[in-house]
Amino acid sequence: MMDAMTPHAVLDVAAIREDFPILRQTVRGKKLVFLDSAASAQKPRVVIEAMRNAMETQYANVHRGLHWMSERTTDAYEAARDTVAGLMNADHAEIVFTANSTGAINLVAHSYGRAMMRPGLAVLISGMEHHSNIVPWQMLRDDKGIELRVAPITDAGELDMGAFEALLADGKVGLVAITHMSNVLGTYTPAERVVRIAHAHGAKVLLDGSQAIVHRRVDVRALDCDFYAWTGHKLYGPTGIGVLYGKRELLDAMPPFMGGGEMISSVSYETSTWAEVPHKFEAGTPAILEGIGLKAAIDYLLSIGYEAIAAHEQALTEHALARLSPIEGLRIVGQAQDRGGVVSFTLDGAHAHDVATLLDRQGIAVRAGNHCAEPLMRRFGLDSTARASFGVYTTAEEIDALADTLARVREFFA
Amino acid sequence: MSDDFADLRDLYQETILDHGRNPRHGHRPASFDASAKGDNPMCGDRVQVFVKYAPDGAIAEAGFEARGCAISVASADLMAEVVAGRTPDDTRTLFAAFRELARTGACPDCEDAALERLQPLAGVHEYPSRVKCATLPWHALLAALDGTQEASSE
Repeated sequence: MMDAMTPHAVLDVAAIREDFPILRQTVRGKKLVFLDSAASAQKPRVVIEAMRNAMETQYANVHRGLHWMSERTTDAYEAARDTVAGLMNADHAEIVFTANSTGAINLVAHSYGRAMMRPGLAVLISGMEHHSNIVPWQMLRDDKGIELRVAPITDAGELDMGAFEALLADGKVGLVAITHMSNVLGTYTPAERVVRIAHAHGAKVLLDGSQAIVHRRVDVRALDCDFYAWTGHKLYGPTGIGVLYGKRELLDAMPPFMGGGEMISSVSYETSTWAEVPHKFEAGTPAILEGIGLKAAIDYLLSIGYEAIAAHEQALTEHALARLSPIEGLRIVGQAQDRGGVVSFTLDGAHAHDVATLLDRQGIAVRAGNHCAEPLMRRFGLDSTARASFGVYTTAEEIDALADTLARVREFFA
Repeated sequence: MSDDFADLRDLYQETILDHGRNPRHGHRPASFDASAKGDNPMCGDRVQVFVKYAPDGAIAEAGFEARGCAISVASADLMAEVVAGRTPDDTRTLFAAFRELARTGACPDCEDAALERLQPLAGVHEYPSRVKCATLPWHALLAALDGTQEASSE
């Protein structure tokens, strides 16, 4: 709902919260304050109902039945692909469904990496990657004898652009694989600039958009990235479905990743031929219901609008930084200029796990640990942080509850 | 002290807060005979345990270096205290009893007097994700006694 008095689109958070049944839950006798959306977001009723409705009225396998049910379900599943393509400004055939972001990145590592990378070439990642954008490249390095380079980040938690460009200078980097938004620091990387510089040095670019696409519109044509990976469950959709966008000419040239049904054109014992993209990369029965649920999540998100979502995220992040920073002994990890709704912090005298346990007792859910980003933790001399992260349903009052409770957590361990 | 966390006093008893803040054995001995690391990659708890043997093969002294939560540091400290003077076999038996205490909150058939000293850690049984914080130092200790270098929590 737009407030006529304000120039910017704003969220009607109260109305949005009504759309998420789980937010009515109490935890340990307290009102749930869910500040862990960056790990996995809650699901709106439309997603739950879309999946249930599909199971109750039209469920069958896709792309194989000639009967009514299968045709309906195939239409619904491919409509989900259209919706994803529309979301990202991509073509239908450029959208490959995977299990999650990790599945999407591994697909590129196995298919593009094995076919296109050879000794003498390098993959360049950044110092703020999730393990899912580190380990597949290490495995490729060890398998193919390529080099793995890491672009450093600054103390503020931003990509060091000078060092990034210097690492590309020798022209050996075949692929840059970098996050679009850090799951620990909240930093948005300057994706368009990263792509422009990488392309100028002959490298392709994969963006890990697991966090970014939840909060900002992603236009792959405007970004000009070669691959873009993300996952449904962080975007208010179900688990078990992720997305790999790839430029058509690249996907066409890449060999399949997994073999099986769905991905073939014809099979004999001597040889098989591959289906067209995107099916070439979707071996086996796909995540049908999850695709239908993801479509509902995207439709829901777009009904709110990215402009309002981004403004809400920015307002919450500013509020969180203003409320948390003054707490004695609290240190915010990550001070990037362009940052989103993820705030990591440490508290003197209290380990992140103890902090999380005390917050949990007040019904406040945060994540604590290394956030699947051990090298990044080490970069800042840490083993763990606590992390609060925000979604469309997060309120300023919830952040106030976090700040007020943290002040008392400190007393507890003093 | 705020009353908001009153029901957390079962988990964070004064003994745990005290030993978590000021561990008595939280250092690397000047010399040691065995050592092993424990690592809980899920949460970032890390501990390295050092053992010095007496001539008869019993543990003369145990020490540790840890980066972890109050539960894991306090558990390491109480462990180092109670295993001094014990044989490796005796230590393994004590760990089995302690593990039952941490998982269930009690060990009715256990007779080891040292369990009373470890009793403040029994509160973790109500927090399944925290049980491994309490047992990690023990896994490292047993790895050191077994002559292996690495242990991870169960």
